[in-house]
Amino acid sequence: MPRYLIRRLGQAVLVVAGVIVLTFAIMRLVPGDPAVAYAGPKATAAELAQARQRFGLDDPLPVQLWNYVRDLLGGDWGTSLHTRQPVRDDLLQAFPASLELVGAALIIALVVGIPLGIAAARYKGRLPDLSVRLSSMLAVSVPVFWLALALQTVFASGLGWLPVAGEYDASLDRTSPLHLFTNITAVDALITGNWPILTSTLAHLVLPALVIAAYPAGVVAQMTRAALIDESARDHARLERALGFGETAVLTRFALRPALNPVLSLIALVFAYSIVNGFLVEAVFNWPGLGRYAADSIRSLDTPAIAGVTLLVAVLYVVANLAVDLLQGVVDPRVRAR
Amino acid sequence: MTAPALTTLRRTPLRRLAGVDRLAVAGAVLLGVVVLAALLAPWIAPYPGDGGSATHPLEALLPPSGAHWFGTDQVGRDVFSRVLFGARTSLLIAVAVLAVSGVAGVVLGVVAGYAGGWARDVIMRVTDIFLAFPALLLSLALAVVLQPSVTTVIVAIAVTWWPWYARLTASVAASVATRGFVDSARCLGVPAPLIVLRHVLPNSLTPVLVQLSLDGGGVILTAAALSYLGLGAHEPTSEWGLMVQQGQSLFTTDWWVVTFPGLAILVTAFSFNVLGEGLRARLSR
Repeated sequence: MPRYLIRRLGQAVLVVAGVIVLTFAIMRLVPGDPAVAYAGPKATAAELAQARQRFGLDDPLPVQLWNYVRDLLGGDWGTSLHTRQPVRDDLLQAFPASLELVGAALIIALVVGIPLGIAAARYKGRLPDLSVRLSSMLAVSVPVFWLALALQTVFASGLGWLPVAGEYDASLDRTSPLHLFTNITAVDALITGNWPILTSTLAHLVLPALVIAAYPAGVVAQMTRAALIDESARDHARLERALGFGETAVLTRFALRPALNPVLSLIALVFAYSIVNGFLVEAVFNWPGLGRYAADSIRSLDTPAIAGVTLLVAVLYVVANLAVDLLQGVVDPRVRAR
Repeated sequence: MTAPALTTLRRTPLRRLAGVDRLAVAGAVLLGVVVLAALLAPWIAPYPGDGGSATHPLEALLPPSGAHWFGTDQVGRDVFSRVLFGARTSLLIAVAVLAVSGVAGVVLGVVAGYAGGWARDVIMRVTDIFLAFPALLLSLALAVVLQPSVTTVIVAIAVTWWPWYARLTASVAASVATRGFVDSARCLGVPAPLIVLRHVLPNSLTPVLVQLSLDGGGVILTAAALSYLGLGAHEPTSEWGLMVQQGQSLFTTDWWVVTFPGLAILVTAFSFNVLGEGLRARLSR
């Protein structure tokens, strides 16, 4: 185990290092002068020179890269051009909201996707199977920004069943102010017993979470179905059938647990994907997460902020993958030998 | 392979074949319609000029009717014509991205798989780095620093797309490289580049080709998202993501401006996915 752990950790560190270099390279491709972007179009030559010096733009590229890495490790992720705040603080503020949204979406995806996958595997080749497969393919084919607009228009603006945008009703900040612990609004409201904010947050969560859940729900349903069909063709399933267990019992009592292993490791992959998909959805629902921050940054060509978001999500992805691999290494010793 | 389960024995081979092929055929037919729409857009569009910069202020925001099946947009252009022309943009992007990233990925993958050793290690580690960025994220970052255009979208997506093909090809090529006919060629003194070109490459292509057809939908969705964010095609190009963005404030009052381009993205991505799924199921049997 230690050798596997060290090798896997080494790989992850290498990938993160590469991710940093690549992010740096992309940001240096920017046409135009970052100093001008920071100091503004009306800046004097002296102000420009000051900005250049401040960002170290006169140094050779390897030195700039070295400074960039040093600053990153020291916790300095640069200053956002549009909020004029440290990017790290902006990210720390926005990330919990994204986590809340994507967490809710992934819960919906699992709760919907796994039973659908089981139903499809149980009735393989028949109508329930075909309808699950077609609807899961529809779910992964729908453009999220369009689905977000459509649901918002119909259920929020049109029917008025759910709030149009935001994380919770801002007027509640005066009547029942929220004490922050985790910065995840729903969690903080729950542990402090702040019911007005909790219910308001949940109501605001429904539509964006449903939109983001579409893709992972489709993937989970397909994966569960495939893994169950695979598993129910194995020898243990023949034995169980010979013992008189019905098809449903074979699937849910015996095949489901081993089949869920690949499904759960899929969740780590889908997590980062969903955060990025959330970019499009958060902009529509004005959700105060990474996505809205990224959209604002893109609009103002705020390269330090974009670099920060890019780096954070890529590192999250590497960490999530690492965690899954290590967990599987613990659960299934065969993985370590690979 | 494990023995077939009792449930699958009940299915006759004929029914299974029919079920699988129906899916692939349905996807192919749907995709064929989209391709035809793209190819024939200038001739079948009721108002070909509306695919570009034409404006008819007096006909702005007309609801769907016999004259305008999908209604008209903010400047009076026929939405149906623009959706047809949008198929050209989307399919062009999909084909270009898949061709560029497919070729790059296959070349690197075959080299990595056949050579092994440090060449494989280097290529695979670089691949890992690119895979750490979700496709839309890296394309976003790239599209921001390049000028918004269709070419930018193609470049940005291709950069994030090739590693999948490199990884897939490398694993297939590595197993092909151990086969007898490759050994024989090597013993006969055939130079390595020729072995790769004549023997390893042709035998490693099938899984990549299936993957390419599966990925068309993903490319179309990513491209539409980039254009929706204003990083891709711009006026007066007919592009579905851009059309949704331009019409989004009108959704409550003039639903057709947004609904039909969105449906076009959905149908095209769906047809790619259905076709790919059908092909994969067929090949894995």
